[in-house]
Amino acid sequence: MSTGLERQRQPPVEVTEEELAAVIGDRALARDDHLNAPGFVVRPDDVQDVLSDLKEQAGFDHLSCLTAQQYEDRYESIYHLKKYADPTQEVSVVVPTSIDDPVSQSAEPVFRTADWHEREAFDLVGIDYEGHPDPRRILLPETWQGHPLSLDYDQEKPQIVTLTEHANPIQPDHHKDESDTMFLNVGPHHPATHGVLHVKTVLDGETIVDVDPDIGYLHRCEEQMCQQGTYRHQIMPYPDRWDYVSAGLLNEWAYARTAEDLADIEVPEYAQIIRTMSAELCRIASHMLALGTFCLDVYGDFTAIFQYAFRDREVVQDILEDLTGQRLMFNYFRLGGVAWDLPEPRDEFIEKTRDFLDELPAKVDEYNDLVTSNEIFQVRTIDTGILEPEVAKDYGCTGPVARGSGIDYDLRRDDPYGYYDELDWDVITMDGCDNYSRVLVRMQEVEESAKIIEQCLDLLEDWPEDEREIQANVPRTLKPDADTEIYRAVEGAKGELGIYIRSDGTDKPARFKIRSPCFHNLSALEEMVQDEYIPDLIASLGSLDIVLGEVDR
Amino acid sequence: MSSNNPKQSIHDSTAPSTDTRDSRIGEGPDDRFNSKLREAFGSSPFILTKFDKFMNWVRGNSMFMLQFGIACCSIEMIHTYAIKHDIDRYGAGVPRASPRQADVMIVPGTIVSKFGPRMKRVYDQMPEPKFVVGMGSCTISGGPFQEGYNVVKGAEEIIPIDIHVPGCPPRPEALIYGVLKLQERIQNGESSPVVVKPYELEQFGDLERDELVQKLADDIDEDDLVMRYNWADSP
Repeated sequence: MSTGLERQRQPPVEVTEEELAAVIGDRALARDDHLNAPGFVVRPDDVQDVLSDLKEQAGFDHLSCLTAQQYEDRYESIYHLKKYADPTQEVSVVVPTSIDDPVSQSAEPVFRTADWHEREAFDLVGIDYEGHPDPRRILLPETWQGHPLSLDYDQEKPQIVTLTEHANPIQPDHHKDESDTMFLNVGPHHPATHGVLHVKTVLDGETIVDVDPDIGYLHRCEEQMCQQGTYRHQIMPYPDRWDYVSAGLLNEWAYARTAEDLADIEVPEYAQIIRTMSAELCRIASHMLALGTFCLDVYGDFTAIFQYAFRDREVVQDILEDLTGQRLMFNYFRLGGVAWDLPEPRDEFIEKTRDFLDELPAKVDEYNDLVTSNEIFQVRTIDTGILEPEVAKDYGCTGPVARGSGIDYDLRRDDPYGYYDELDWDVITMDGCDNYSRVLVRMQEVEESAKIIEQCLDLLEDWPEDEREIQANVPRTLKPDADTEIYRAVEGAKGELGIYIRSDGTDKPARFKIRSPCFHNLSALEEMVQDEYIPDLIASLGSLDIVLGEVDR
Repeated sequence: MSSNNPKQSIHDSTAPSTDTRDSRIGEGPDDRFNSKLREAFGSSPFILTKFDKFMNWVRGNSMFMLQFGIACCSIEMIHTYAIKHDIDRYGAGVPRASPRQADVMIVPGTIVSKFGPRMKRVYDQMPEPKFVVGMGSCTISGGPFQEGYNVVKGAEEIIPIDIHVPGCPPRPEALIYGVLKLQERIQNGESSPVVVKPYELEQFGDLERDELVQKLADDIDEDDLVMRYNWADSP
């Protein structure tokens, strides 16, 4: 195991735009540059070719996001590619399809993660992907009529939802004569699924033969909500509710970063420090919950570790409440800064936060005694739920899940934003690839977050009183230029949380697409639990630390 | 057997071992039984009440909650169960994983069309008498997501709700207040009237044969359970 410190990071090979153009060659019909990356328009039947060339020859091994949208005259799928070695190198592949016959080639053979993405694009926008292995709806019920994010969708039409998926597992029709496998429903109401997730499982004895996560039980139309809100104030409350495990400020930062880059807003340094500090507090709260619920899943420990984790979360939430005025849904960031300065009296707030940080090492030791050095825990987690780094990259895994598989990828360092590049902290990686590594990564990240907060507090304490600028000068109504497109991501608690916005010249986004880290991490579940025992399914699910609000959006 | 009678086989001494008790209750007559209850009922050791009333009182003070997490509010609900707020102080702190063992269901989050039938089924599996606390704005009206194409505008469209706790999300204190109000209502023998809800589970074959049903006839079996979802119809 390593902490990532001693590893030598290879400087990634820089690919210039000319080289990219050469790789794609005359398959590029036109250019459609986005603010974050050069964009190449390709034909619907060249998708696999172009993507695999970009992957093999130019090193773009991370399909970060797939955005589907409908224009008046065409459908469009945008593949946002990045490199795990250097996420600042980006390229967009834009695939237009005709309005009458929206069929595009599937990218699934090149990037496994395109599977779920293309299902979502079909479900919500209505683009068909040729050669897709499993062309079903993913978020909405199977019997849904129409595609809600397409332009001609009528929300007022009635729908019918079935309950067939809730089949009785012991019913004889699942118990085929020729096989001795058993079908088992886990969820959607189940204590170990962390919300309303439904995992269709096929068992052979106690061994898992097949899992099929069925999501969408919390699909509450976040993208539609954001497309109906104005940039300046109406969108910011919604990110809090994507990853609602107290990671609100990290999510708000994703929107703030995207919209600020879109509208070209400069954030004052002082506000960046407050943002950095509060976001890391959120990360601690989020990882505490991940640890507590994981122990609840793995050995049903409701009394000790779970309560300890919640005791510590209460302290963090108290601090955040002092700062933002809310316990969970902070709505504290504003475009161009934050809502208000540290609460008065400042000294008291800083001291309270410092007290928390001072007590943290002892608490972490306590967790190590209780959890990671516990033999039962080790038996349950070491060498279970193996996720190989290559597989993780193929599924677009990020965050602690990727870092637990030895992928040294953290946007706070690799694609710096906020005040992170001025501070002294480390990215934690583990090479175990198992459930245990993922827990260790989270626990050590808590300590790194504490380091960051400590340094931010020092800076905030000494900041001259007349230079405490918390907000840039931002116009009351933001109207970015028409047809500006941008995709930006930040390191959320669960991984790379990205947002794509296309503006149409009004004060509301024309397309708002959320790239959720949990969505990708969950899609890798299938690889992790294949041929493992069913208790390892629960452990693997817990170690992925998914939040259904973010998976389903 | 009281501790005034020492067990010869265990202790050598035959003196009653009441030292600790004496030091606890102090000198003089034992006034431990002079409770508020005693004051209220007088010197009679009997309580006369109706059995129904007694059962309601018991029911209100011992509630098994359903462990039911949906969305953001469930985080605050966990905090209500956990340290600091500790709803167990009010006799309502044992989350049961199975609806068949639960009396009270806290609905903590947004209900969407796909989850509606499942929640109805979970509610149906709870034994009578059952009570529901709606937590958060989403269970009242759909909250911030009311305009979503997939969102049920309030849990009350599907199941009857006794207590609404507003907030997005409500603080744990607010949820405790809501649960206490529910206890009060149960003790008084009140519960919300059961009315026919707009969202019911029906067999597909029983639905009126409109255009949509005709279209789906090939995909859905006659005896499959279905629920109609109509965004425009709800208030």
